[in-house]
Amino acid sequence: MGVEQKLGNMGVVTTTLEDVVNWSRTNAMWPMLFGLACCAIEMMAAQASSYDMSRFGMELMRASPRQSDLMIVAGRVSKKMGPVLRRLYDQMPEPKWVIAMGDCASCGGVFNNYAIYQGVDEIVPVDVFVAGCPPRPEALIHGVLTLHEKVKADRFIANAAEKK
Amino acid sequence: MTQLQPANVEQYKHLISERALTGETMLLNMGPQHPSTHGVLRLVLELDGEIVVNCIPDIGFLHTGVEKNMEAKTFHKAEVMTDRLDYMNTMGNNLAYVMAVEKLVDLDVPPRAQALRVILVELQRIASHLVLLGTWGLDLAAMSMFLYCFREREQILDIFELVSGQRMMTTYLRPGGVWRDVPVEFEKAVRDFLKIFPKRIDEYEKLLTKNPLFVDRMAGIGHLSKEMALSYGVTGPNLRASGVNWDLRKARPYMGYEQYDFDVPVLTEGDTYARYLVRIEEFRQSLRIIEQALDKLPMGPVRSDNRKFVPPPRSEIGVSMEALIHHFKLWTEGFHAPNASIYSAVESPRGELGVLIAGDGGPKPRRVHMRTPSFDNLAVVPELVKGYLVADLVAILASIDIVLGDIDR
Amino acid sequence: MEKSLEPIVKVLQEKFGATFEEFRGEVQCMVKPEHIIEALTTLRDAHHFELLSMLSAIDYFPQTSPRFHVIYQLNSLEKNLTLQLRVPVEGESPKLPTSTGVFKTGLWREREVFDMFGIEFEAHPDPRRILNPDEIEGHPLRRDFPLGYEEPQFSFNYEEIDLGKPYAKE
Repeated sequence: MGVEQKLGNMGVVTTTLEDVVNWSRTNAMWPMLFGLACCAIEMMAAQASSYDMSRFGMELMRASPRQSDLMIVAGRVSKKMGPVLRRLYDQMPEPKWVIAMGDCASCGGVFNNYAIYQGVDEIVPVDVFVAGCPPRPEALIHGVLTLHEKVKADRFIANAAEKK
Repeated sequence: MTQLQPANVEQYKHLISERALTGETMLLNMGPQHPSTHGVLRLVLELDGEIVVNCIPDIGFLHTGVEKNMEAKTFHKAEVMTDRLDYMNTMGNNLAYVMAVEKLVDLDVPPRAQALRVILVELQRIASHLVLLGTWGLDLAAMSMFLYCFREREQILDIFELVSGQRMMTTYLRPGGVWRDVPVEFEKAVRDFLKIFPKRIDEYEKLLTKNPLFVDRMAGIGHLSKEMALSYGVTGPNLRASGVNWDLRKARPYMGYEQYDFDVPVLTEGDTYARYLVRIEEFRQSLRIIEQALDKLPMGPVRSDNRKFVPPPRSEIGVSMEALIHHFKLWTEGFHAPNASIYSAVESPRGELGVLIAGDGGPKPRRVHMRTPSFDNLAVVPELVKGYLVADLVAILASIDIVLGDIDR
Repeated sequence: MEKSLEPIVKVLQEKFGATFEEFRGEVQCMVKPEHIIEALTTLRDAHHFELLSMLSAIDYFPQTSPRFHVIYQLNSLEKNLTLQLRVPVEGESPKLPTSTGVFKTGLWREREVFDMFGIEFEAHPDPRRILNPDEIEGHPLRRDFPLGYEEPQFSFNYEEIDLGKPYAKE
């Protein structure tokens, strides 16, 4: 079903390259296991049975940054962990996206002190912020779907042409 | 932001054997981001092939500065930070802090609040052990345990959401009692859970306890002797699996635990498999406690009347001048604590969770120190893993049940 | 005070000149820094206090002498007793002998007290910082260390804070 209905009798479907590439990127986005604190438990709950994230394409959580394209920063980032986070972000291959999950990753959360970065966007550029302390698994899934919409609207060919 | 330095042998010279300096053994970094370390824990392993010769934990990657931050807030508002320390045992952390504040200012707790606290804390104990079993199975490549355990945990989190509106960081227990009374559906929800859970425990036991793969990987490794455990300050199920019968709920009962009839499982082998069996048995004992507390749940107020420390209910504020003034003073300035310090401890799923609170006569604490059990439990791990394989290290680390939020605070 | 605790406190008073206080049912004994290791050893061997459950410190900042109180909470499992020892420590160059010879709990807990308060423990086998990064200067839990508070961003100071924050460009 689906695509075969539009094929006609020649088996040809026309679309733009951007649409196809963006569609394939969103449907199999593999997150990197970066659970730091309490939000990690809600991320695990979102991956487990009741709120299954595999139905959105995120079947595997790869521990290695070389094999993942989405980094969900779940939890508070302390000053000792900051350089580690940046190095892992640098090791991910393009294209890559970052979701800042929870209040501590978005803005420092409850902890406004010497030891926590006030928002992980001081270290890596963030695409989607998910609020909550910790956000419900449904909120995280909503954040992931928002990221999918953002990726689908990404005109990377037009941007590359403009840059030239 | 500083750059990461490559680890050199020089900084660990006093902790590793001389063979590392000649290159005979290898220093490997099991870094802060790793699927099997249960959080952001960095282990520097000195390996001779696959065998661990020395293990040096490096913690502090989740250091949140909670103790300093609590000194800048009033006693009521500082409670919010306690949930986020040991995030598997949020009700238990609230209980430890709230009991310490009540001891410091000498505040009473009505019996209905005590029984509700016991029910919620025991439910939280079950939820915490469920996550431990789930991730333990995941570490040893038994993925279905993870899915089953999280399914049960969703039911417990639904009960917490019914009671307080939040799944995990509830801050439901407040000084003087609990925040507000439970809704009428609470009893039915808890009884439904009590009905289905014993069969689920049997299911988990059928999956894991006699499974030859599981037993092979767990039995006989990571032996923790009684003297070493006491010397390192290990408490909780790890101590009880090594033969010491020490449970704060029995030794120094609080919140009415002396009225409930339950056993404390104690085993003597002290290996990883014993620690697993102790926790499975604790499930059953927690269910007994919840059932007895729910049967005996007395009627009455859920918060103390002492308006110097406990804010009045909203309905009173419209009609009484004193209630309005108390509400105003308590939420803007807070209550004053005496210039002294106390230490009070509860039994968390990991061990003895203690709080040292020192007041200074003003509304903000002078010092709040959380004596968290995982800190001392992790300190004994370098002794336990010497001579075992890296795969055994993963199993031993899972059995000690550490939570990095507890360690790094 | 419990009956079984009285002779033990009397031993501490006579041997080490310790003073004690009771508050909310707890017994807190003040012991001088020179005597603390001997006191811990006596309590562990002769009176069976095998579990040191807490080792921490309190900073009484504006007061410099003593500025810190280092607190040891001991538990006896067979007799079910608990006792707290407090050691007053001076403000400038605070030092104490290490208790790792008596209880191994001190291996990490003393590192934490050093990291947070700056109290040095002589002859500790591993005197490094434990929770904070190694590059940090100062000792965070001292009362004169600033909290590191960042102003919340409202609409009236939005641009001001935005310019000051180090965003990551790429």
